[in-house]
Amino acid sequence: ELWKSFLNLKSFLFSYFSFRMIYTKRSDVLMMTPWFAPIVWEGTYNSEILNEQFRQRNVTVGLTVFLACGRSAEATGPTFLETAETYFMVGHRVNYYIFTDRPEEVPKVALKEGRNVVVLQVQNYPRWQEISMRRMEMLSYFSQQRFINEVSYLVCVDVDMKFNDQVGVEILSDLFGTLHPGFYTAERRSFTYEHRPASQAYVPSDEGDFYYAGGFFGGTVTEVYKLTKKCHEAIMVDKANGIEAIWQEESHLNKYFLYHKPTKILSPEYLWDDNLGRPEILKKRRFLAVPKNHAAIRNK
Amino acid sequence: MKNVSLTMPVIWYRCPFLIYSSGHYRRLKILHTYIFSLISCRRTDVLLVSPWLAPIVWEGTFNRDILNAQYRQKNFVVGVATFAVKKYVRFIEGFLGSANKFFLSGHRVNFYLFTDHPEKVPSINLAPEKRLFIIPVQNYSRWQDISMNRMDIISNHIHSHWRYEVDYLYSMDIDVQMFEHIGVEIIDTLVGTISSWQYTKPRDSNSYERHPESRAAIPHGEGDFYYAASFYGGSVSEVYKLTTACFKGVTEDRANGIEAKWHEESHLNKYLLYHKPTRLLSPEYYWDEELIRPRIIRVKRLSSVRKDLQEVRF
Repeated sequence: ELWKSFLNLKSFLFSYFSFRMIYTKRSDVLMMTPWFAPIVWEGTYNSEILNEQFRQRNVTVGLTVFLACGRSAEATGPTFLETAETYFMVGHRVNYYIFTDRPEEVPKVALKEGRNVVVLQVQNYPRWQEISMRRMEMLSYFSQQRFINEVSYLVCVDVDMKFNDQVGVEILSDLFGTLHPGFYTAERRSFTYEHRPASQAYVPSDEGDFYYAGGFFGGTVTEVYKLTKKCHEAIMVDKANGIEAIWQEESHLNKYFLYHKPTKILSPEYLWDDNLGRPEILKKRRFLAVPKNHAAIRNK
Repeated sequence: MKNVSLTMPVIWYRCPFLIYSSGHYRRLKILHTYIFSLISCRRTDVLLVSPWLAPIVWEGTFNRDILNAQYRQKNFVVGVATFAVKKYVRFIEGFLGSANKFFLSGHRVNFYLFTDHPEKVPSINLAPEKRLFIIPVQNYSRWQDISMNRMDIISNHIHSHWRYEVDYLYSMDIDVQMFEHIGVEIIDTLVGTISSWQYTKPRDSNSYERHPESRAAIPHGEGDFYYAASFYGGSVSEVYKLTTACFKGVTEDRANGIEAKWHEESHLNKYLLYHKPTRLLSPEYYWDEELIRPRIIRVKRLSSVRKDLQEVRF
């Protein structure tokens, strides 16, 4: 990597700054929200500058995934980890936090320098919706207990995905969310917010900025802790009232982001499903849904 | 796809933004003029984010109501350091009068006015959340020295007491007037203003100091934007680091008998090249009155006052 070849910091700074700042202005997409959160699209940022800024701070990034917990680890784990090694935060320190009920099934993948796998054993739940929602509880617990001492930033993603292109430090911010690939062209009235006032995730029909995806969010450990704690508490209140939000923790996440606006938003490049096609504005498909092998999953 | 700009008629919406108040949500009614589409951009004529993803503040790109609601929760105090030395005392009234009206209106601001003629400061009725502190300061025979020593004075004052008094600190020239609101969109960790002279020029004709002997030297081929020393700021700790580093450069240059092309502005530009700002203000936020305003500058918020430089400086 480039940064390795410069031992003297000053000469490194001078050298890399002499690269032409190649960036194109995108006029086809919204680049910033009205509260100054940049929306990250290809062509809007310079990786060299950003990499240098984060290397200087010697940042460690935690990537959290919930593996197996009722599904086959072989179906999803290896592809996720292998592609993460190729594309995720390359050149930076990374801790993969694998939450699983079956630690012995965590795939062994060769890791690059400065990158570790940490396996966290957790309880399994019979319903997949329950598993999905309990992620908030586990993230908030471990953020406070462990992550705060080990990493600067947390990135929380779904596991049935694979990396396909660069996902780097351009995503890092105090609190970031990702635009759901199914809704980034939709108007507010089509957003699938929870519309029943009985739920804690309720969003009135005339409110809402974006529809964020539950499968890719993050930020500093403190901010992720606050988010996951709030969502978990809201889910528990709903449970006590006998209601479950329409899209489980994604509904609660959307409510949180409406009233605690993210400081950076990732474009659908960062969470894409090829079933949605390849629109013109999508210059890169960085993180893709992996087709689920339903037979293999159900038979386990 | 509807795309309503901020200049369209106001549409009332029930507020999407709630603030906590002793455990209860309390709805805050705000104007919400904006329906946006993700696929179209409100301003496509200017760069909205820097290559390191720092927002660039232009008219039409932000919603001050959302920002105000976020800001009010935090109860910050902002300091403004400005210097009126020798004949520049004549600009105090215009500066304070317009700042009182347009600068962070409704928010707490401490104006720290450094002057060698405290008796010449006119009495001005400030808004209740604004305070004025008049601090006597030495003058120097050369106006360049007065200008460059501001860095040292600011750095010392942050260290001695401003770090306990304010959360954010901005340094502004006194010979300016405000014509339009400057609000909480300027508040961020390290903020530089893009110079009105340099914004449209290609990189190599920028006014960076290029002589390698100066501490402010930036090699050819390097540089992002050219920043104006007339308006910069950020968190107290970041401004302390900036002013200390810049003044160190000034002192070292003096010891070597050199003076940078644009004095402390050259040193500021070197610092901001290697410690990139987290937010950039467009030239709306400091416009040099001598220039004709191009169409991309839709609003002139803060502008230098017309003056005879020969007469006022010497």
